[in-house]
Amino acid sequence: MSLWEFYARNSGEVLGLVGQHVSLVASSTAIAIVLGVPVGIALTRRPAWRAPVLGLANVFQTIPSLALFGFLIPLPFIGGIGATTAIVALVVYALLPIVRNTYTGLAGVDPAVREAGRGMGMTDWQLLTQVELPLGLSVILAGVRVATVVSVGTATIAAAIGAGGLGVYIFRGVAVVDNTLILAGALPAALMALAADGLLGLAERRFAWRAT
Amino acid sequence: MTTPLEVQGLGYELPGKGKGEAGSGRFLVHDVSFTVGAGETLVLLGRSGSGKTTTLKLINRLLEPTTGEVRIAGARARDLAATRLRRRIGYVIQEVGLFPHFTVARNVGLVPRLEGWEPPRIVERVRELLAVVGLDADTFALRYPHQLSGGQRQRVGVARALAADPPLLLLDEPFGALDPITRVELQREFQTLKQRLGQAMVFVTHDVREGLMLATRIGLMQQGRLVFLGTPQEFRQSDHPESKAFMAAA
Ligand SMILES: Nc1ncnc2c1ncn2[C@@H]1O[C@H](COP(=O)(O)OP(=O)(O)OP(=O)(O)O)[C@@H](O)[C@H]1O
Ligand SMILES: [Mg+2]
Repeated sequence: MSLWEFYARNSGEVLGLVGQHVSLVASSTAIAIVLGVPVGIALTRRPAWRAPVLGLANVFQTIPSLALFGFLIPLPFIGGIGATTAIVALVVYALLPIVRNTYTGLAGVDPAVREAGRGMGMTDWQLLTQVELPLGLSVILAGVRVATVVSVGTATIAAAIGAGGLGVYIFRGVAVVDNTLILAGALPAALMALAADGLLGLAERRFAWRAT
Repeated sequence: MTTPLEVQGLGYELPGKGKGEAGSGRFLVHDVSFTVGAGETLVLLGRSGSGKTTTLKLINRLLEPTTGEVRIAGARARDLAATRLRRRIGYVIQEVGLFPHFTVARNVGLVPRLEGWEPPRIVERVRELLAVVGLDADTFALRYPHQLSGGQRQRVGVARALAADPPLLLLDEPFGALDPITRVELQREFQTLKQRLGQAMVFVTHDVREGLMLATRIGLMQQGRLVFLGTPQEFRQSDHPESKAFMAAA
């Protein structure tokens, strides 16, 4: 059976899995942004926290994803079988690039620009929201892009703990040694990663302000 | 009428290492005193690293003085909220520091916007100020800083500092890094501008000709200290070795 035949016969299921996959990636990335950007901002205000926080995020990053899913299953509330556990794991992986890029983006704002803002009488909040975040946005978006692309790939493993997504086809294909089935899961995931990369790359360039 | 700026025994000692320790004993600025009346321009002259920029930052509290006192229109600067204080003091920073993501108009209108002016009033004020610094509003208002030449950016920096009509202006080498012709042009324009504005100004430069041309009084800084304070006439005749060194360079 060719790939196209497979899609034609199972279009309902395919769309369902694509939907699950997108929602795993989107919700975990959104949560990682909500958590990671404030942490990255905090690091620019508290230089002493930088090394330990980025170090910790780095350590999380090195845990193999299958192992992390495994660790999470026995935990109450955030663990168990299903999407919640998968999302928690994906958030853990997405945090590092987002925290690090938020820090880098804000720290990279021209000191003269920051000083001008303070010298004109901006409060710390005004400086953050009107100067530092807009100027650092392109670097922050680069972190979001990396996090999203990685997350699309990692989310295929979520199928192993019953969270659904395109990994369902991949695992099934591996189990029955069916390359078409593996491809049926891998191809849309790859396209999704490329699309996320392209779109976020566009946004990133849109907010790259030219220095003077 | 109160004096726009009084500086008394101003000093800045670098902090010591670690918390709760005494200062390091290294002073970037030491025991500087002067006053600037309305319509007066005090030119701070000095070599690179002599403490000119640091002195300006101590006045608007970008750095907190470790000794001495600054009074703005009679009120002690340290009693005012730093942000309110700074909005009443126009500041042209040495590196210009325009916001790259703001148009020229938004850059110039920054302080009025922070002060909550009505948008139509800001628009009008921006046009007026661009004219004051010799930029055509129709041509430049909607450009971004990267679309300007260095000299145009410096003019925008001056306009931004003037925006809320502050009674005191701090200018840190506003004409630095310009070709000599444009520089002289801007200096001339600035002289007429000065008479029109009637503000008190502290004008930092290391160019002695510029200093003599614009100053009501000249303060000469050397290694963080004010080693001479007097009129341009007195400066020309000063016996201080540093003054002589500067006059010889003119
Ligand atoms: N944060 C700091 N820590 C330690 N030293 C500093 C700091 N800021 C400035 N300095 C030193 O203080 C001295 C005075 O610096 P300042 O910027 O006031 O000089 P300046 O007179 O404005 O020089 P220039 O004409 O080059 O702008 C310099 O020797 C400088 O290296
Ligand atoms: Mg300086």
